[in-house]
Amino acid sequence: MAETAKAAPARGRSTRGAKAAGPKSAAPPPNGSVPVEDAETLVGYYRQMLLIRRFEERAARAYTEAKIGGYCHLNLGEEATVVGLMAALRPTDYLFTNYREHGYAIAKGIGADRVMAELYGRSTGVSKGWGGSMHLFDVETRLLGGYGIVGGQLPLATGAALAVSYKGGDEVVMCQMGDGTAAIGAFHESLNIAGLWDLPIVFVVINNGLGMGTTVENSSAEPELYKRGAAYRMESARVDGADVVAVRDAARTAVERARAESRPYLLEALSPRLKGHSVVDPARYRTKEEKEALKAADPLAKMALDLEEAGILSHDDRDRLDAEVTAEIDEAAAFADESPAPDISTLFDYTYATPVPGDLRRFPADPVFRS
Amino acid sequence: MATVTYRQALRDTLRAEMLRDDNVLLMGEEIGLFEGSYKITEGLLKEFGPKRVRDTPIAEEGFVGAAIGAAMLGLRPVVEIMTINFSLLALDQIVNHAAKIYGMFGGQTSVPMVIRTPGGGGQQLGATHSQNVELFYSFIPGLKVVAPSTPAEASAMLKAAIRDDDPVLFLENLALYNTKGEIPDAIEDVEPAEIGRAGVTREGTDITLIGYSRMARVAGEVAEKLAAEGVSAEVVDLRSLRPLDRQTIVDSVRKTGCAVVAEDDWLTYGIGAEIAATIQEGAFDWLDAPVRRVAMAEVPLPYAKSLESAALPSAESLLTAVRDTLRATGRPVLENVS
Ligand SMILES: Cc1ncc(C[n+]2csc(CCOP(=O)(O)OP(=O)(O)O)c2C)c(N)n1
Repeated sequence: MAETAKAAPARGRSTRGAKAAGPKSAAPPPNGSVPVEDAETLVGYYRQMLLIRRFEERAARAYTEAKIGGYCHLNLGEEATVVGLMAALRPTDYLFTNYREHGYAIAKGIGADRVMAELYGRSTGVSKGWGGSMHLFDVETRLLGGYGIVGGQLPLATGAALAVSYKGGDEVVMCQMGDGTAAIGAFHESLNIAGLWDLPIVFVVINNGLGMGTTVENSSAEPELYKRGAAYRMESARVDGADVVAVRDAARTAVERARAESRPYLLEALSPRLKGHSVVDPARYRTKEEKEALKAADPLAKMALDLEEAGILSHDDRDRLDAEVTAEIDEAAAFADESPAPDISTLFDYTYATPVPGDLRRFPADPVFRS
Repeated sequence: MATVTYRQALRDTLRAEMLRDDNVLLMGEEIGLFEGSYKITEGLLKEFGPKRVRDTPIAEEGFVGAAIGAAMLGLRPVVEIMTINFSLLALDQIVNHAAKIYGMFGGQTSVPMVIRTPGGGGQQLGATHSQNVELFYSFIPGLKVVAPSTPAEASAMLKAAIRDDDPVLFLENLALYNTKGEIPDAIEDVEPAEIGRAGVTREGTDITLIGYSRMARVAGEVAEKLAAEGVSAEVVDLRSLRPLDRQTIVDSVRKTGCAVVAEDDWLTYGIGAEIAATIQEGAFDWLDAPVRRVAMAEVPLPYAKSLESAALPSAESLLTAVRDTLRATGRPVLENVS
């Protein structure tokens, strides 16, 4: 169950016409009560979590085999949060994330093959090989980008919510970030603007307790990050990120509030990552005991046990599911492997959307003027 | 044709574009109730209301970024940053996001937005309020940077910038706001400019003067003076700093055989350096003299009037450099430039 902080009642503002632009609905806000889950839904969530887990393990392997370059930040341990959050969104809702976004892309509905192909830098990847691990983007499923600059996605997501409100749509924008991001100026500026302009946006802080090696206590004067909502008269809540249903329900409350009232919301999910900051980080800043405790509390393993105890998913079912998911990831990796690298003749294609007159850009060794 | 100020041309163009396209909205500090620090948005809040003329908090990174996000979803925001000095607070959003989103995501979404911002010294505003840092933006692929010098150009380029599918930095100069020029009676009749094309604003055969924004205007004045001495100067107004129209520059220098570049920013690594390099690469065999550059003195701009004036490039400093250059060519024209 989520801890919530109620915002102060909305101010009376007569001069601000921006308010009129937002969609209004008479529907009462959802009460956030936990519905009894049917087995099929739970197994579906479990399967998605497992798919993300196997994807990430495969990505880590491919990275050590040098098939993936650059940085590679994984969602290991955060799968319940990822799946719960995405389950609360409609397909038409928009998502902005940071660079730790493989799981989000998959749970938002992008095929694991196109995500893997992007990690491999192939032309079949979601961003045609231009983005890599940190910059997945897909118009179709409305993943409007993973961003590598800490906090860079916050102003952008706020602006997307402005566009929704401007056009009178009923979509919601979800903006994911890490706990370390709550310290950056863009966090304050964006929440302030979203609160001021009544924008339909849910800011989600994935509090895994660390920004690289810095603990949230060492980076935030108020480490209970959801409480910061109060500074912007924004409703906020904190939820246990290990519980996929709790996350989904807390996110639903946030998303439906944003949709019905065109008001921003701040949701914090407590969701420790199992491994280092990125594939190459051995996480020496964690003690052996900590690492063992984390492993023992792995939300995916715990969910498997819960489902088994509840008689929903037997050990055999689980193995079958695992084999299925692993085969899907094998196929994704094979697809990525077999896909062509982007053709070098396309190097100048994506700098400008509007054609440039007399474009004299060239490859490094070419002269600017030929005659 | 009507004679209007640069300021009026901007205001009328903004208004016309807002009437033409509902997706155009204005955002910025003090642009609504206050009607703009330099009154470019005068009357627009009254006419279009706060949905389309949005006063923002003092949060350059936040509202510039919000405009980028809004543009990703199809709006066409025109942001005013009070002065280019404050754009540095939004540098991350402009350089890391506006410029990169189209490429980084394989061309799936563009960022059709405009950032209007004035710069320029000469107002005794001191070091932090008198910079021309357009170089930072001109360096970045993915951005377009334009700097019109006349009311007609300002109108044509603003139309083009608003209709362009890429992020455009639209540079104004405080010294230009009250300057006048002719534009068509009906603002609707202004043809959008082609971003990325320089203009040969005066034809000549003896020397090429290259400038942009205020210095393009100053170059025009200098060319006028030179004409009185029988020297035919060609003036190239860059208009667009990125994309840069290298061909027009090179064609002109191939014709005249020498050039002086005038810029309202610092010399080292500056825009003039890029132009000089372009000439070297494209017109070396045609050059009769080294390319000269006239730029701002390389100091944080001082407050005291005497010092500030000495630091800024002017018609006199440009004229001096032109005479030096003409002399260096050793052509007969030398006799005319005492
Ligand atoms: C502006 C900026 N500063 C520093 C970095 C380097 N950096 C990358 S990730 C990271 C930690 C961010 O932590 P958090 O927001 O908690 O997200 P998490 O990695 O835990 O998902 C840092 C400092 C960066 N990418 N951008």
